[in-house]
Amino acid sequence: MTFSCGLLSILEPDDGDEHYALSDYEGARARWCPGCGDHSVLTAVQRLLTAEQLVPEQTVFVSGIGCSSRFPHYVKTYGFHGIHGRALPVATGIKLHRPDLRVFVVMGDGDCCSIGTAHWIHALRYNLDIVVMLLDNGIYGLTKNQTSPTTPQGYPSNTQPHGSFLPALNPLSATLGVTNASFVAQTAEWVPAHLYATLKAAHRHRGLSFVRILQRCPVYTPDLFQLAVRDPSRIALLVHDDGVVVPELEKVYATQVAHDPRDLAAARALAEATDRIHLGVLFRDVSRPRYEELRRVPPRTSDERLALLDQELDRYAV
Amino acid sequence: MATVTESPQRAAAPAVAAPPAAQRLREHTIEIVSDSGEGAQKCGQIFGAVSAKMGNGVWTVEIIPAEIQPPPRIPEGASGNRIRLGSAPVTNGGDATNLAIAFNEQVLLARHRLGALANDATLLIEDMWATHEDADIRAAWEQAMAELSGRSYRIVPVPMEAQCLTLVDNARKGKNMFALGVLTWIYQRDLERVRDQIAFAFRKKSEEVFASNVALMQLGHDWAAAHLDFRIEVPSAPPAEALVVMNGNEAIGLGGIAAGMELCAMYPITPATSVSHYLSEVFERFGGIVHQAEDEIAAAGVALGASFAGKVAFTITSGPGLALKTEFIGLAVMTETPLVVVDVQRGGPSTGLPTKVEQSDLLASMVGQPGDSPHIVVAPATIEECFHVMVTARRLAEAFRTAVIVLSDANLATGVTPFPRPKADEHWQAQPPDLAPVTDGLRPYGWDRETGLSRRVIPGQPGGMFTATGLSHDEGSKVAYSSGVHQRSSAMRSRKIAVLQGLLQPPVVHGAPRGDVLVVGWGSTKGTIEEAVDRARAEGLRVSSLHLRFLSPLEPGLKQIFKRFKRVVTVEINYSDEPDDPYITDENRRRGQLCWLLRATTLVDVDCWTRVPGEPLRPGAILDAIRARVSRGGAS
Repeated sequence: MTFSCGLLSILEPDDGDEHYALSDYEGARARWCPGCGDHSVLTAVQRLLTAEQLVPEQTVFVSGIGCSSRFPHYVKTYGFHGIHGRALPVATGIKLHRPDLRVFVVMGDGDCCSIGTAHWIHALRYNLDIVVMLLDNGIYGLTKNQTSPTTPQGYPSNTQPHGSFLPALNPLSATLGVTNASFVAQTAEWVPAHLYATLKAAHRHRGLSFVRILQRCPVYTPDLFQLAVRDPSRIALLVHDDGVVVPELEKVYATQVAHDPRDLAAARALAEATDRIHLGVLFRDVSRPRYEELRRVPPRTSDERLALLDQELDRYAV
Repeated sequence: MATVTESPQRAAAPAVAAPPAAQRLREHTIEIVSDSGEGAQKCGQIFGAVSAKMGNGVWTVEIIPAEIQPPPRIPEGASGNRIRLGSAPVTNGGDATNLAIAFNEQVLLARHRLGALANDATLLIEDMWATHEDADIRAAWEQAMAELSGRSYRIVPVPMEAQCLTLVDNARKGKNMFALGVLTWIYQRDLERVRDQIAFAFRKKSEEVFASNVALMQLGHDWAAAHLDFRIEVPSAPPAEALVVMNGNEAIGLGGIAAGMELCAMYPITPATSVSHYLSEVFERFGGIVHQAEDEIAAAGVALGASFAGKVAFTITSGPGLALKTEFIGLAVMTETPLVVVDVQRGGPSTGLPTKVEQSDLLASMVGQPGDSPHIVVAPATIEECFHVMVTARRLAEAFRTAVIVLSDANLATGVTPFPRPKADEHWQAQPPDLAPVTDGLRPYGWDRETGLSRRVIPGQPGGMFTATGLSHDEGSKVAYSSGVHQRSSAMRSRKIAVLQGLLQPPVVHGAPRGDVLVVGWGSTKGTIEEAVDRARAEGLRVSSLHLRFLSPLEPGLKQIFKRFKRVVTVEINYSDEPDDPYITDENRRRGQLCWLLRATTLVDVDCWTRVPGEPLRPGAILDAIRARVSRGGAS
């Protein structure tokens, strides 16, 4: 979208026309490797922005460090590409101070599940109204092939060449264990329709929507999830009116599990399941308190504040 | 030999009929010390506040153990307040205590061993321990009395426990108000004001608590009137201007409000945390919030995120927390996002002395970030400046689009003194972010080629969309892949610091503009240094002092000022090697942090005198150091 059109949208809001085309959300040309799952996510996100007609200047993408953290540069909204593992505190500050802004957070598995773990756990508890995407390809890509917390046990890397020593951390189980988590979903970069539908559900949820996106790194983990990619029967779609339903996928993905996202115990069981990869909304509870709502205070003008300051100084007056 | 007055409890003599004439003194320093949890600090705070309201100069220093509830009756557990009372304004805690009131002899021993008590100090001691049923306690009392008898102290036993038990079941909770009453009588404090201050101090408690505390205070007052044969008068005059009295952390909190900031993100750390206690009580009324983050790093990140999206936010911390925040401070510098970081310094390294004053974060705050990270470092010198520095810091952060680190310390944080009441000014307040469309081709880093300054673009502004990044970037915030961009952007970020220095005035010398010794200080030591310098000048020594508020950039004109003195010496509360210590040479000597900085920037052979006593420097100790420097004479 050109700038003049942006002005038009302010002058003539809600006239029912689609103001923003997909190209209006296109930032710099993506520099990810060919075949990288990040491209799929970018496409789905731009499609979502277009479908939902999010106003570019009122949308902020926040990231940390890693391949996927270049994401904000490739979306033509506001963005903040910060430091490793710390996207969530920055997003928290933005949303707390400016609840009017739509905030998306993009993290990799190193960002979210390793260096930034504390923020991940606590952001879930704050439950700010933001969309959090974990682009999980099970490896450190930008720093060239080191084991991440979600690298499958036995999978080799430059730091653990004989295979990852430990069982992989399960981001879904961890997320579902956090008090006040309100939306937890899983999708996969190689199922674009599901990816899109899941992001849309995440966007429409009021509260922190945590979406783990399964990805392959074409360079370091190309065979990750290969069994599931080749054999759709290894994937089960979680379906529910309150979750994600993608009719066009029913032919390919025959295994469908009716799962009520309000059922936390069932969600935890699904997260732990090893027989199949479950895609869909595992948990959703709109009644969970949202931090920015709890902390909302009446705004003050400068004059009001200075008058109150004078009163406050009275308490300390000699 | 100490004179031990017969314990009034055991004395047969009836109460004195007429109050003794008060001894008039220009100043007097008082201490209230107890085990932690016995409320000596509350007593000291009330006494200090009342004295300030009566027009005395007052400086209160907290005596704080590291633990919340250390074992009872151990010297290390001493907790309380020192209050230096003067007829004129008081700028520091002074040298020695003239009168102490102690709830047991062990905490008093701690003060004695620290050299905190004047040789002729009057010591009022709870005397229940002398006759305690536990033989070990009686023995400890005897030992302590023997140790204290080495000085000329006047020791006055006070039956605090016995007296308080006439009113309350648990004297442990009442002695502080009894002690307050004793001091109220000795120093002739206005009873009505004392009652009002008790009401303020216990405003969160019930009416019964207030009534009980007032009764205990009255009991102490009446006991003193009946049994003590001395009173002290430190004349006071009603202040010429409106004053407020508070500690440095409250001043920082109020200053943040005055600056129009709306978010303070923090993680609990001593001695910074009480800023957030204060703000948590009042900030929401001002449209602001305190966000207690999951860790120090997140606190910096939340403040940075909020600043990026609108008004400048601030985070408060102490040394170890500053270390954790360094990466975010670097990010603020790189993304040119305004950020105010308050570091209330304590003893280090590592956990160090969590409750004690030190000035050891200067260099870490300046150069602790990865890469070249030019930003602003300022240090308030007084509690009053703790208030005003927040407005300055916010405005500088905004105007220069960078991080501003405010270096306070435990001495300012917990010190209480009256200062001129700030007159609210609309310019202090941050304006709401201007979200007007970007119409003039403004780029997110449209650096002025001369100054490096640029205008901020804020989310919500149509047409201004950009991605701030910690990667090296050009004017458009495009990642720098071409050579030359990093050199240029580094220059632009650095230039701003020089531009700021150009706006500063050269500092004003305290004392004559030339002489033998110039003492240079920064931060909380201003009052102490100037008192030492004034005493030195009264002795005829040609000594002056200079106090710096800006550390990055340094205030201008220092080299010219230094040239007018034979010797320049910094006085700081951080560690430096003594020149004549083993292995220490002029080449390997590790100097005070400001000294290091001044030598590097002025090429003047600046010397230093620094100490890390875990308490504020005493003017007498600085005076001794000055005398030594003058007697060495000549250029250094």
